[in-house]
Amino acid sequence: MIFWKALRGRDFLVTRWPWRALAHVAGTPVVAAVVAVPVGLLSLPGVLALSPTQSAGARVVFAVVGLAVLGAGLPWVARPLARLERWRLRLLEPQRRLHHPPTGYRDAATWREVAYAVLLLTLGPLVYVPAFLVAAFPFMLLGGPLLLTGADGPVALGFVVTDSVGEALGYAAVGLVVLPAVPYLWSVVAGAHGAVARALLHDDERLAEVARSRARLVDGFDAERRRIERDLHDGAQEKLVGLTLRLGLARLDVPADSPAHEHVTRAHEEAKQVMAELRELVRGIHPKVLADRGLAAALEDLADRGPVPVELRADLPRLPPHVESTAYFVVAEALTNVARHSGATTASVTASASDRLLVVEVRDDGRGGADPAGGTGLTGLADRVAVLDGRMALSSPVGGPTLVRVELPWSA
Amino acid sequence: MVRVVLAEDGVLLREGLAGLLARFGLDVVAAVGDADALVAAVAEHRPDLVVTDVRMPPGFTDEGLRAALALRHDHPGLPVVALSQYVDRGLAADLLDAHGGVGYLLKDRVVDVEEFAATLRRVAAGGTAIDPEVVRRLLARRRDPLERLSPREREVLALLAEGRSNTAIARDLVVSEAAVGKHVGNILAKLGLPPDDDTNRRVLAVLAYLRSPNG
Repeated sequence: MIFWKALRGRDFLVTRWPWRALAHVAGTPVVAAVVAVPVGLLSLPGVLALSPTQSAGARVVFAVVGLAVLGAGLPWVARPLARLERWRLRLLEPQRRLHHPPTGYRDAATWREVAYAVLLLTLGPLVYVPAFLVAAFPFMLLGGPLLLTGADGPVALGFVVTDSVGEALGYAAVGLVVLPAVPYLWSVVAGAHGAVARALLHDDERLAEVARSRARLVDGFDAERRRIERDLHDGAQEKLVGLTLRLGLARLDVPADSPAHEHVTRAHEEAKQVMAELRELVRGIHPKVLADRGLAAALEDLADRGPVPVELRADLPRLPPHVESTAYFVVAEALTNVARHSGATTASVTASASDRLLVVEVRDDGRGGADPAGGTGLTGLADRVAVLDGRMALSSPVGGPTLVRVELPWSA
Repeated sequence: MVRVVLAEDGVLLREGLAGLLARFGLDVVAAVGDADALVAAVAEHRPDLVVTDVRMPPGFTDEGLRAALALRHDHPGLPVVALSQYVDRGLAADLLDAHGGVGYLLKDRVVDVEEFAATLRRVAAGGTAIDPEVVRRLLARRRDPLERLSPREREVLALLAEGRSNTAIARDLVVSEAAVGKHVGNILAKLGLPPDDDTNRRVLAVLAYLRSPNG
């Protein structure tokens, strides 16, 4: 983290970091004092349990009630505290981090916030009070001569006592020498505090944000593919069919023995070829049958196309587009592998959907031994499946058979 | 003259198709761009043939085909040719009912203008025309009894399922019509279908056989 890096730099004391760290550590006692009030109130029933004046039974009751009150109440104190501390943390980590608040008592993030509050009130004083005393020591040494002139006896300067001005001046000189260490002390305290805060209040949320942004990316990618397919289909593809048709008509009207006849005939043939190529290209981007007729019809199309006979069982409602296309491309890849590598003579595809989960299985009777790490393209698809919170499993013992199973959660 | 109502939402292609039909002496009485207009145009013009895109506005899924099915329901035997972007065996099966005069073709076939025009005429005359790709897939899915057919018989079967007459099959395979007749007889016998001289009924029987789930 940038702060620790700055701390190791030679010019640390002349950067803005010591002052930001000071702002952070100076705020901490104030925050802790404010938080201590509601936490103290929440602790009251529990404290009563420790009171020796109560009967044993009452103490048990107080203990149980005390724990319950603490457990129920602490998250409500910890949440605003966490929000404040995330904001204060930006003194040490200016780069903004996205954060999503925890959702309730069952969310681990809630209890990490509670842990932070408890640490702040317990470990906090144990660190901050000694650190404050140590940091104050050079200042006392420096102030020694001044104190001595106003006093009429020996003066205690932290760990030393003196009554001579000369001695006090000597101590003051020592104080001056160690003074630059003080910003380092508070900075280390601030840095350690920041590290704890970051660990308890931030990291998970960042991962969640990454997952969410990946899901958005895949969604966006998918939508883009559909858009490209639509544009190609409604534009270039249709125009090309119209053009080829006209060439076909022109061929009929050009006398068969004229030189133009050969050109037009060739142009017609080539246009037909381009049509076929474009159709295949569009199919690879996003099959029309998938967009129009859904996964079941698209799987039927896939099953019909391959060289290995495929038995298909798919009775499906229309599903969200990204679920349909992910399942489609998994089956397409699996069937490609069946045709290329498995040596299978038959394969089967089954797809079924409950109201929450789509399950698709591709089996073949081939020789097995498929290695997911062997660049089968399934790994890339596994990532897509994972983004949808789905699971993909591959079972392919040597000798076969091979089974690819995909589970994709969905909601209407 | 065969009077045609044409439905295709792409303007360029619609114009191209209208030009094609006119070139082959088919009379395009209406060329429309969506399913509702198709139904209205059929009611108005009482055509001899409907040529429609399967996929049309507003939903761009199978509006054209649904309109065609509704038209067939209201006017039994009205010849309909549906043009599809992709093979959908379900859609093809929906179209094939007891009556003749049905075509299900991939849209790309229109660029083979002469064959396409001939197909339209065949359907207008009450014949059946199924895209070779659909037939190929139906054949590929069927195993057992088909394996008893000789390679030549399988060839004949594919052409038969597309809706070709004996004469057309004989021309395609460069054999005599009598030879085709013999092949057809053998095929029907091997598949357990009733012998029939009517081309269209024979095609429907073959397609029904190919579509049936087991056998």
